[in-house]
Amino acid sequence: MGLGATRGVALVGMAGAPVDVEAFVTPGLPAFVVTGLPDASLGQSRDRVRAALAGIGCSLPSKRVTVNLSPASLPKQGAGFDLAVAVAVLAAEGVLAREVVRGWTHLGELGLDGRLRPVRGVLPAVVAAVGAGCPRVVVPRENAAEAELVPGAEVRSASSLAAVVRGHGGEVDGACDPDEDVAPRAPAPVAPPRLDLADVAGQAEARRAVEVAAAGGHHLLLVGPPGAGKTMLAARLPGLLPDLGDEEAVEVTAVHSVAGTFDAAGGLLRRPPFEDPHHTATTPSVVGGGSGVVRPGAASRAHRGVLFLDEAPEFRKDVLEALRQPLEHGSLVIARAGGAARYPARFQLVMAANPCPCGRASGRGDACSCAPLERRRYLSRLSGPLLDRVDLQVEVTAPSRAALAVGAEGESSAVVAARVRSAREAQLARLGGSGARCNGEAPGALLRGRLRLPAAVVGDLDAALDRGRLTVRGYDRVLRTAWTLADLEGTSAPDRDHVGAALLLRLRGRAA
Amino acid sequence: MRTTDAVGRYGEQVAVAHLEAAGMRVVARNWRCTTPVRGEIDVVARDGDALVAVEVKTRRCGPAGAPAAGHPFEAVTPVKAARVRRLLVAFAETTGERAGALRVDAVAVLRPSAGPARVEHLRGVA
Repeated sequence: MGLGATRGVALVGMAGAPVDVEAFVTPGLPAFVVTGLPDASLGQSRDRVRAALAGIGCSLPSKRVTVNLSPASLPKQGAGFDLAVAVAVLAAEGVLAREVVRGWTHLGELGLDGRLRPVRGVLPAVVAAVGAGCPRVVVPRENAAEAELVPGAEVRSASSLAAVVRGHGGEVDGACDPDEDVAPRAPAPVAPPRLDLADVAGQAEARRAVEVAAAGGHHLLLVGPPGAGKTMLAARLPGLLPDLGDEEAVEVTAVHSVAGTFDAAGGLLRRPPFEDPHHTATTPSVVGGGSGVVRPGAASRAHRGVLFLDEAPEFRKDVLEALRQPLEHGSLVIARAGGAARYPARFQLVMAANPCPCGRASGRGDACSCAPLERRRYLSRLSGPLLDRVDLQVEVTAPSRAALAVGAEGESSAVVAARVRSAREAQLARLGGSGARCNGEAPGALLRGRLRLPAAVVGDLDAALDRGRLTVRGYDRVLRTAWTLADLEGTSAPDRDHVGAALLLRLRGRAA
Repeated sequence: MRTTDAVGRYGEQVAVAHLEAAGMRVVARNWRCTTPVRGEIDVVARDGDALVAVEVKTRRCGPAGAPAAGHPFEAVTPVKAARVRRLLVAFAETTGERAGALRVDAVAVLRPSAGPARVEHLRGVA
């Protein structure tokens, strides 16, 4: 009669919960029972564990093996418990010392030949293990770099169950190591091409808007005819953003680790992510979802980065409306059978849209062939509540032949990024302590309190509010943009011109 | 089939010897039934007040000492154990044997290529 125990980690969304994996071997008809709310893939771990144990010459005893995953009421998913189950069984059988394995957390999926396969979500799992006071973890070799990103973790990596057993001081058939070369290697990720702002011809106004958006973390809407360069401009926004700080980088990396879109070889994700879902995207693909297990969607993968919706009015209405919650709270809570998961989703929203279905209704709109009703309806698909949250709304006109012919290159991304960086530093110094990192996140109470502007400066704004051209939320948002404009110029506070320019940027040039 | 039949008969003899040595009294061997349940009980024995149906499984061991066809108990599935229990109820009704308790045991007989057979006895598997 033997009892063995070790630890694993269950992930619910981004939160990891330490799980005690206990194995109990008793005389009885041979059976392998897994209790503690396993899902299908975890329930099948018994067959993988059975084969892997046989592979290292420690066949399962012809006895009753009960594996319990405690807390038993927490639903658990995935194959990441395979290694913990195998180690617990070996400890119950006395192959491994019980006191040794009890202090380790094991993560990893087993192959039938005893090979250890990488799993998703290692970063948040290791964070949870360290947080629970169990910093010693065993992970598959492919996940080692990811696990080592967690401060305080004592990481041991292995490529097979045999190596894990030897690492814990057990003895196994050495000949049963899986052939290292057979392990499939992920293809090296292709580095995305560097997009430079210098590639954009003309478009001084729109470039300015992109710069302001980058500097203050403001949401941006670009409206213009096809071919004007909206997508080009939007795709160059992430290149202007400063690198992520340590804390942000861990957050972002954890989301991508859970989403399975993270390659640990490059270390923590330091660059703001860029997500551009196609306009046919469904709500679960954008906000996250899935049956049983909740996976992060594009909005969460764009956390601390840019979520770009090209042809925004073509997106389904429910998709656009679902973005209102993350825009306001910076996170998404999604409930499914497997539990409610909270994913961070503090992204910068960038939308591009044609002015009408035919796309030619900009400027005087002479070339537009749409019926007036169609034209009116098109942009109104972006609902008022959504647009109210977008600080910068800019018309992009097709560059004239003259602008192309002059060939004067615009400023490069590096030059603009330097300005953005110094503007961000000024914001951080001013907003420090309020929890906000940039003007786009500055709390309204702060703007109307400590950072209140004199009445002479905000006169135009007050008038717009009185005339109903602005909502109260819009009022705050214009103030935020004005601060960003001042920061970009290096002045200590916005003046009347900054506020006016901010108002124009918000109202697509149709101010008051 | 003939070889395995012989192995099975041999195993049952070993099992009966083991049960009697353990203080159980054999009541019947290879008791067959068609209604209400179709099947056979290898050994029916009395253990004090209890009436026990014993399922015997025998395996020959390979040169390495482990049975090539898997451990005998692996062939006693929960379905099979439950059927043996229903057969035991039928046995008690048919023969009028009275018992304070009904129990199903499993006995594994491992026959090495040389030396005495090893016997494992599990009590109360169904």
